[in-house]
Amino acid sequence: MALITCKDLVLSYEGQVVVEDLSFTVNAGDYLCIVGENGSGKSTLMKSILGLKTVNKGSITFGDSLKQNQIGYLPQQTTLQRDFPASVFEVTLSGCLNRRRLRPYYSRADKNRAEDNLHRMGMAEFKKKCYRELSGGQQQRVLLARALCATEKLLLLDEPVAGLDPMATAEFYKIIASLNQEGITIIMVSHDIRAAIDQASHILHLRHRPLFFGSTQDYVNSPAGQEFLKGGRSHA
Amino acid sequence: MLEAIQAMFSYPFLTRALVVGLLISLCAALLGVSLVLKRYAMIGDGLSHVGFGALALAAVMNWAPLAVAVPVVIIAAFFLLRISESRRLKGDSAIALISTSSLAIGVMAVSLTSGMNTDVNNYLFGSILAMSSADVVLSVILSVVVLVLFLLFYSRIFAVTFDESFARATGIPTGAYNVLIAVLTAVTIVLGMRMMGALLISALVIFPALSAMRVCKSFKGVMILAACISVVCFLIGLLVSYLFNTPTGATVVIADLVVFLLCCLAGALRGVKRSA
Repeated sequence: MALITCKDLVLSYEGQVVVEDLSFTVNAGDYLCIVGENGSGKSTLMKSILGLKTVNKGSITFGDSLKQNQIGYLPQQTTLQRDFPASVFEVTLSGCLNRRRLRPYYSRADKNRAEDNLHRMGMAEFKKKCYRELSGGQQQRVLLARALCATEKLLLLDEPVAGLDPMATAEFYKIIASLNQEGITIIMVSHDIRAAIDQASHILHLRHRPLFFGSTQDYVNSPAGQEFLKGGRSHA
Repeated sequence: MLEAIQAMFSYPFLTRALVVGLLISLCAALLGVSLVLKRYAMIGDGLSHVGFGALALAAVMNWAPLAVAVPVVIIAAFFLLRISESRRLKGDSAIALISTSSLAIGVMAVSLTSGMNTDVNNYLFGSILAMSSADVVLSVILSVVVLVLFLLFYSRIFAVTFDESFARATGIPTGAYNVLIAVLTAVTIVLGMRMMGALLISALVIFPALSAMRVCKSFKGVMILAACISVVCFLIGLLVSYLFNTPTGATVVIADLVVFLLCCLAGALRGVKRSA
């Protein structure tokens, strides 16, 4: 069943249309990579799915089982966060906010949930550590644990490996793959096309319009994929 | 020493200054943590200058100072917030424009009527005599509001401060929280600025948060320590200014500065990573 259906989307950023004619669906269990150059509308699309931006035209609909605030989101890190004085546990726990409604404080169950997710990400021993003292890869895992507190269905990742070293990047992709295997749907914005082909089950290639949408297998053989792959090779 | 303190509280104006000062310091510190972390510290500074302009105009026109200054500064808070959020405008220059313009308008207004006298001096650098009993009531109400809001919304304030995009994605109306923080800051600044001075009040917002950030590793720790530092520095400042007959606002800020330097030292010794 379709988890997210986008139909005839038109999106704009600061008054300029950046995405048009975009239709695609994401099914439960998919691992979709949204690729494209800088300024191709990837992040704008991401923000629209999250409900952070209004849609100019067309529609984004969620399947019955998914609510707007049940999306686990891993935003791009800001410089502000990198030196924020907060403990790892405080950061993780803030992912439980959407299930708390009007209660002013976190329940025991919320705290257990945060703890479980830290454990799942292999960060349990860092619980009391200061977030800003962690390495980039560790910070990213904490933010993943927070996102998992918010959802068990869908993770949206915005350029998650930007700024990570190769080791941490490989580690991160492994974690995402295992989460996907557990049944969590993944949507990732990336400009690392090679990793996208290695990891994802589906690719959406954007250049203001969709150049390609379909399975990764088909993408590799498509004109858009060929062009991108060749470009990648000549740079290497 | 104890006798001096006892003698100090035999003056009703000093007792009023103590109550208002303590409550304002507490509110300013709590709000300050959020403002500093969100890189909104300049807003506090801008608001105090707008507050000066408004107070000076009110004095010239013979209007009730707080009744004019509080709404004007709240409106300014909306604007400054909008300006800092907008990427198209140069936020820091816009804030500088607004604050220097208000300062100029205020100075003009005062000098046209009474000339540059002690009034202006009091507005700019604060006066311990400025607190009336109405101020005491208002600041008690304000600080109760700030404290209750902080306790009720603590974890949401954390989420909005730490990561606005994530907070919005999980359904928190972050814009409303930003406005709430700006409005509370505006009221805190107007209440505190007549004692601390328009040029010095933003120190109450910024210093305790920065000091606490040097040594604490958790958000809760920063909040609690900032509140303690702010209150203790105010007490020390008030006492020293009474004993040595120094200006209160400046003395409090110097106490804050000393604590900040000590915290830097403690942070460096503990090897806590520095933050901007």
